[in-house]
Amino acid sequence: MSPQPDSESFVLLRLAERRFAVAAGDIAELVAPSRIFRFPHHTKEVEGVILRRGRIVPVCDVAARLIGKNLRSRRFYLIAQRRYNTGTEWIALPVTGDCELISAEMIPASEADLPHVSGWLSHNGDVIEVLNLNALTPGPIAAQPVVPDEALQHEAHS
Amino acid sequence: MRLPSPPKAAPVRTEQIILFRVSGQLFAVSSASVQEVRSVDTLAGAAKEIAQAGLRKVRHVVQRGEHSFYVVNGAMHFGLQPFPPALVFVLRRTRTALLIDGIEKMTTMTRLQALPQAFCNDEREWYRGVTAIDQTVVPVVKPEGFLTPDELFLLDSSLEPKDSAIQSGDSTLQSGDSTSAPPSVFEGGSFRSSDPNESAMQIATFDSSVSDSEGAAPLGSKGAVFPQPDSTDPASLPQ
Repeated sequence: MSPQPDSESFVLLRLAERRFAVAAGDIAELVAPSRIFRFPHHTKEVEGVILRRGRIVPVCDVAARLIGKNLRSRRFYLIAQRRYNTGTEWIALPVTGDCELISAEMIPASEADLPHVSGWLSHNGDVIEVLNLNALTPGPIAAQPVVPDEALQHEAHS
Repeated sequence: MRLPSPPKAAPVRTEQIILFRVSGQLFAVSSASVQEVRSVDTLAGAAKEIAQAGLRKVRHVVQRGEHSFYVVNGAMHFGLQPFPPALVFVLRRTRTALLIDGIEKMTTMTRLQALPQAFCNDEREWYRGVTAIDQTVVPVVKPEGFLTPDELFLLDSSLEPKDSAIQSGDSTLQSGDSTSAPPSVFEGGSFRSSDPNESAMQIATFDSSVSDSEGAAPLGSKGAVFPQPDSTDPASLPQ
């Protein structure tokens, strides 16, 4: 008897007419929209911040990247964990409809998929992208290792 | 048998800040970082125009003793709508004099949260972090973030041919020269903080793991180090 593949838990979120999935372990809570505080910055993916449980949480509107347009209205903020090299922080993702917790088996992404797709799952006849929040939301750009040839050229010029 | 005395609760550590507006937007700065607050009118005679600075946000320089302070337009620095500034902050341990709309109030903050890492561009140099004051989120500016070393180099370079002119020209804004300086925005002269020690509240950072989904307080902030209560001389601050 062959072992059954393990199914995992995902939260389905809605952006306009499309649905996407995020690993349930990355979700903290679903909250009603609250006041967004805005201040000057140059990270265009960040809309502002909200105050949640004493913490200041950036609001990242991922709709433009996922469905090609910004959201006109939002029903909830999905508070998710975003992993960085130095730790984990909360981010708020605006969504337009109810979210749903499901169990499904994820098919890992292939090389042809976009970086923000960590896999695919099938649910009620739909094929749904599982989002990789680390690739989808902004964060510090990892330093690129210097290619030895470039390093040599730098030395030669100096 | 004597019971051990209960451990003393750690005193709440606070940092005094000034809430100010630039083009209507609210910001905060540590009061210990502000050496002086002046009316822009008082700079009129002391500031020299920089002909070709290459920086739109800096148009003037003020010579004070051996040091030159560059007058940074706060609205241009933050990319906000231009607004006629009324006050200027002379920032301690920098060469920046910051043009602002006005002061909202002075208050204290008890917690400074690191700027979320989702903010990953210039703003990381602009802000020490963010704090919540009266249920409003306010960014706390980094005094040294208004002019980068490259920008200072550029400005210094643009001044070099004019050094002699500046040194022989207006220098009415001499440090401690209260007689020649025009009256300032605060009664009795300029607001001058006498404490050279920077009060420093370490930025609260979060533990790397999130332990629960309820999120009431799963991310314990690490201990913050605050200035000693007397690190800023209260007598030097406007009440």
